[in-house]
Amino acid sequence: MLELHDICRSFSGKRVLHNVSFTAERGQLTGFVGGNGAGKTTTMRIILGVLAAESGTMKLDGTKLGATARSRFGYMPSERGLYPKMKIAEQITYLARLHGFSKSEATGRAEALLGQLGLGERLKDPLEALSLGNQQRVQIAASLVHDPDVLILDEPFSGLDPFAVDLVLNVLVERAEAGAVVLFSSHQLDVVERLCDDLVIIGDGKILAAGDREDLRRRHGTLRYELISQTDLSWAAGRPGVVLDSQDENRILFQAEETAAQQLLQGALQRGPVTTFRPVLPTLSEIFREFTTDSTGSAETAQEAIR
Amino acid sequence: MSTLSTTSQTAPATRLGTMAATRLVAEREITTQVRSKSFIISTLITVVLIVGGIFAMSFFGGGDDDDPTPAAAVEVPADVTEEIEAYGFEVIDAGSMDEAEELLREGEAEVILTLDEDSPVGVHLIGLDNLPMDAGQQLSVMPTMEVLEGDAADSMMRYFAALGFGLVFMIVAMGSGVMILQNTIQEKQNRIVEILLSAIPARALLAGKILGNSVVAIGQALVMGASAALGLMVSGQTEYLQMLSWPMLWFVLFFVPGFVLIASVFAASASLVSRQEDSGSVMSPAMILVMAPYFVVLIFMNNDFAMMVTSYIPFTAPVSMSLRLFDGDAAWWEPLVSMGILLATTALVMAVAAKIYSRSLLQMGQRVKLTAALKSGD
Repeated sequence: MLELHDICRSFSGKRVLHNVSFTAERGQLTGFVGGNGAGKTTTMRIILGVLAAESGTMKLDGTKLGATARSRFGYMPSERGLYPKMKIAEQITYLARLHGFSKSEATGRAEALLGQLGLGERLKDPLEALSLGNQQRVQIAASLVHDPDVLILDEPFSGLDPFAVDLVLNVLVERAEAGAVVLFSSHQLDVVERLCDDLVIIGDGKILAAGDREDLRRRHGTLRYELISQTDLSWAAGRPGVVLDSQDENRILFQAEETAAQQLLQGALQRGPVTTFRPVLPTLSEIFREFTTDSTGSAETAQEAIR
Repeated sequence: MSTLSTTSQTAPATRLGTMAATRLVAEREITTQVRSKSFIISTLITVVLIVGGIFAMSFFGGGDDDDPTPAAAVEVPADVTEEIEAYGFEVIDAGSMDEAEELLREGEAEVILTLDEDSPVGVHLIGLDNLPMDAGQQLSVMPTMEVLEGDAADSMMRYFAALGFGLVFMIVAMGSGVMILQNTIQEKQNRIVEILLSAIPARALLAGKILGNSVVAIGQALVMGASAALGLMVSGQTEYLQMLSWPMLWFVLFFVPGFVLIASVFAASASLVSRQEDSGSVMSPAMILVMAPYFVVLIFMNNDFAMMVTSYIPFTAPVSMSLRLFDGDAAWWEPLVSMGILLATTALVMAVAAKIYSRSLLQMGQRVKLTAALKSGD
């Protein structure tokens, strides 16, 4: 388990992280969401030790995070990059050696991993000779070659074609299943919603919410109900305590208190058979929007967080 | 893609030490550079230029040929002819002035020789279209000559030595400096620096870069020195080689810290920008430092005071001190003091450069201000 506790950081006098605390469990995918400039990349760089925190502590499995533990961290920066003119097998070997593997071991690992990623024929090609999709695979190899048990990925899906998205996804799930901590940030909230077990929402350098995805959905945002009947539902519009969000002939989506919702359901049952009645949890983007507008006092800063 | 499961090899338990990381970075810097075509080609061209230049120097420079100068003599008695021939002339007896003029015009003779009572040496020389100075000099009377100080290394050779030290330093430092600059910006521009820094500390990256490029630069300088020595040996100018060997040794000794100094400046400058397009603005100060030694020796070569001062300034010392040693006008302790100053400055500049480098390496976008880099808390 990776724990962050009260991490603070400023850049040239401006505070960008305010007491950031959250945990990322082993064996799960943890999504890290927030607007541009919210502090995601800075937080990740601090976890990796690339940047120093001004205050706060970080622990991995209860022990204070140090250089030794960090040598088994894998990182994929948001802006991808390796040496364009270096042969791919050589650069992955180089990175493995920088992580402390012996030359022969590093070479073996690099070649095996690139082979598994379908690049076995291209080992001696320079990176720049590869297609963009293949370059992405090399990037994945770069973050995996030292068998990391903590994976930090900054926007791993941005700019990927569907095939590469699946590839990255499989890697993440696999690493998590093997017991690694997997923390990744993304702008694509639907992707995060679909994949992550845990969520951390950051806005303006502050953690707005963190925890189990379903739990967050239950606790935050507005609860809605969906009701589908075989008869016409237009009568529902005037009911007290019910706000209709959308209305078709046989289907309505409404906000209401528990009791008002049950009364509406009873009314519907009296008029004909009901095929569906279920609560609809808010989507992640709804929660995200709620948080980013709530948390910031002025509309101006909220705008900035969403952008 | 379920085959991606990594082999159950255990990862190394400890993080790579700074020294080991430095060595790895240096190794990569060296291999990538030495393997690049532009590097191989430019080194080859330099070697060819040096060897060729030295050959050309011995071929055109040493002009005291032993062939006698042909002179067409008009009405010169036999005893005078004999005397003249002793000065290195081949006297052709021309019957008349017309005949002599014809010989001169056809190129059979270089001068026409006649008797002249008013001439201090008793003969008169006529050239074709300019005064026959060379022939005149052959006949002139010269006093004995000697110099009081130094062992009279000829000025031509001194000039070439100064040029050599200055050029080698400038070419090598500039080449490797620009290489460091480009590498650093490239790593920053394509963000691999983040991956590197997640594995090794910034100072290992900087030290590796400086070490690797210094090895390449010193290797290049040695290749240049060796080809100069080879050129001198093959063209039979071994006396110059002997004259150069001691100052050359000092030059190499000065070159190492001198280059490390330059390399640190380049690396620190490069870390301030994040795109190759912006390199110009940070490159100029470093470039001036690289070119300074060359222009200093070129301009102040004959100004003893300026040479003395510049031989203590760390950036110009490698070239200026080497030239003073070549001239033999530096006391034995002078290179040692100058070396001490150079080493201290290099250590200081490296420390500052490491600070700037590690603080601005992750600052993307706008150029990082020097003061901001020095104040930042990382």
